[in-house]
Amino acid sequence: MSKTLYDKLWENHVVHQEADGTALLYIDRHLVHEVTSPQAFEGLKLAGRKPWRVSSIVSTPDHNTPTDHWDEGIKDPISRQQVETLDANIREVGALAYFPFKDPRMGILHVVGPENGATLPGMTVVCGDSHTSTHGAFACLAHGIGTSEVEHVLATQCLLQKKSKTMLVAVEGKLGKGVTAKDVALAIIGTIGTAGGTGYAIEFGGSAIRGLSMEGRMTLCNMAIEGGARMGFVAVDDKTIDYLKDRPFSPKGDVWEKAVAYWRTLHSDAGAQFDRVVTLKAEDIRPQVTWGTSPEMVVAIDAVVPDPAKQADPVKREGMERALQYMGLNPNTPISQIPVDKVFIGSCTNSRIEDLREAAHVLKGRHVAPTVKLALAVPGSGLVKRQAEAEGLDKVFIAAGFEWREPGCSMCLAMNADRLEPGERCASTSNRNFEGRQGPGGRTHLVSPAMAAAAAIAGRFADVRDVL
Amino acid sequence: MDKFIRLDGLVAPLDRSNVDTDAIIPKQFLKSIKRSGFGPNAFDEWRYMDVGQPGQDNSGRPKNPNFVLNQPRYQGAQVLLTRANFGCGSSREHAPWALLDFGFKAIIAESFADIFFNNCFKNGILPIVLPANEIEALFKQVEATPGYKLVVDLEAQTVIRPDGYGVPFQIDAFRKECLVNGWDDIGLTLRHAEKIREFEEKRRISQPWLFAQ
Repeated sequence: MSKTLYDKLWENHVVHQEADGTALLYIDRHLVHEVTSPQAFEGLKLAGRKPWRVSSIVSTPDHNTPTDHWDEGIKDPISRQQVETLDANIREVGALAYFPFKDPRMGILHVVGPENGATLPGMTVVCGDSHTSTHGAFACLAHGIGTSEVEHVLATQCLLQKKSKTMLVAVEGKLGKGVTAKDVALAIIGTIGTAGGTGYAIEFGGSAIRGLSMEGRMTLCNMAIEGGARMGFVAVDDKTIDYLKDRPFSPKGDVWEKAVAYWRTLHSDAGAQFDRVVTLKAEDIRPQVTWGTSPEMVVAIDAVVPDPAKQADPVKREGMERALQYMGLNPNTPISQIPVDKVFIGSCTNSRIEDLREAAHVLKGRHVAPTVKLALAVPGSGLVKRQAEAEGLDKVFIAAGFEWREPGCSMCLAMNADRLEPGERCASTSNRNFEGRQGPGGRTHLVSPAMAAAAAIAGRFADVRDVL
Repeated sequence: MDKFIRLDGLVAPLDRSNVDTDAIIPKQFLKSIKRSGFGPNAFDEWRYMDVGQPGQDNSGRPKNPNFVLNQPRYQGAQVLLTRANFGCGSSREHAPWALLDFGFKAIIAESFADIFFNNCFKNGILPIVLPANEIEALFKQVEATPGYKLVVDLEAQTVIRPDGYGVPFQIDAFRKECLVNGWDDIGLTLRHAEKIREFEEKRRISQPWLFAQ
């Protein structure tokens, strides 16, 4: 019988199954950061339990860490305590890899895992962070979990799961100039809605997806959760295997050959059935900008802010009105007339080397508009930062008027000092435009790195296709 | 975990779709290394007129009189009634911790985000999915009736309105059993420790690359 990729990943991890279909799934990789783990380690200790397999753990602090003045340490005492608690917990139990604050390999977990070869095809990957879906780019069954489940995985190396429904999102054709994986992700969410993927595992397929780099696929799978799906994945191909070759934790020698042979089977079989199929044409996707407080509130750069008066559903209409009020926008305003106060290039969605290259390509020889108060470039990890510096990208960002920062989650969720002030409007390459996400009262517009760079130069949203 | 069998509780309406976990508990409160004490900061940005900080005394902060949960008639509510896609966004379990600490034991919605839904069960909160027309009817009744209460009967899988009308709901048998008994998942899973060990040993041989040290 033809199997989907999800069927194969699922079947490879079932340890035990209850009568109602609830299964015990084995977890290969457990990513641990400072915010969602302290209560889990404490719970484990209080129950007198030991971690099941510490070599499954890869850990780094990322949410709370500052992105500047590293010589001064972490100034916020509560943030510092949380990072020190992670240090102490990992010191006590151990890990396959721990990259503490200021380590050259520290960074955002979802950047650090893949670049170190700690994310391998066919793995189950979990983390107390919803953007764990990122690792699906490697044909992993990867998703976010709560802290109780972090404790459960620590104690048992398993999770209780019910099988999801399957959705194939196929993007066929060739993406236009200036249209990136981020635009594809936002266009998909605009099509299916933020709850469209609820209850589903999404497989991204089609020629446009196969055309994306591994970085692009990570951006796409990262945003699966914003479409409601806990996990999104892409089948293994040559790009997957080429990316993983010779990474620090990738297998070597004979084991590599054996692994590759298995990885080559990680795709949906011809004729495999999905519960839902959504098809988009790559040529229809234009650079995207969100206008509201949910990622589904998104339009193309050449569109206008939607008018709630045209929405028939009263609940949706009220939601739109509330969003426009929060965002300080009027219906029918052209997106390209909306000015920006701050620009943020970073986050687990868009802080990899390719993202920085795309932004730098737009910024080269240009300067941030004088009305833009702050433009931040925050690489996803220490390794990404060094790679970018080796390519001279840091100089391009700095010459254009950007601040070139140390790695971390930064202004994606503003747990550290990087944030918006009330009413400030930001062109952001992050993943959530929720109320207050980047700081209380802050107004977030989600865009690609290239579009963020174009907005920084123009001082308002601008069509990157006009400046490429 | 407390057992959940039957609840007879005051209902508070939160008439919005897509309520995300950033709204339920803003990021600054995630710096705590404890599981408790999040209730006073549940819905902090909607509930108060100022910006809350972790560790601060919340009793003197100016409250937003327009926020529904600040209205006197909803004080002591144990059932939260809301719309579609409740709990979307971040996986932070601080969201169900905050709701539980605030006093909610059951949440009735048209739909829930997957991770939040799952996190509720780990904390003895019952998330109930009802059809849109039943949700709409409940909103009308709650808003029209001060002191409006609902009975949530988990064993019978029914929400019972004051007029006696019962609305059935679905729940996985395994999850129901865990809630009704207040079982600890980890304890349950460890009954299969031998099976996990066997599975792991086979895997170590068939896919050795997964076991780098």
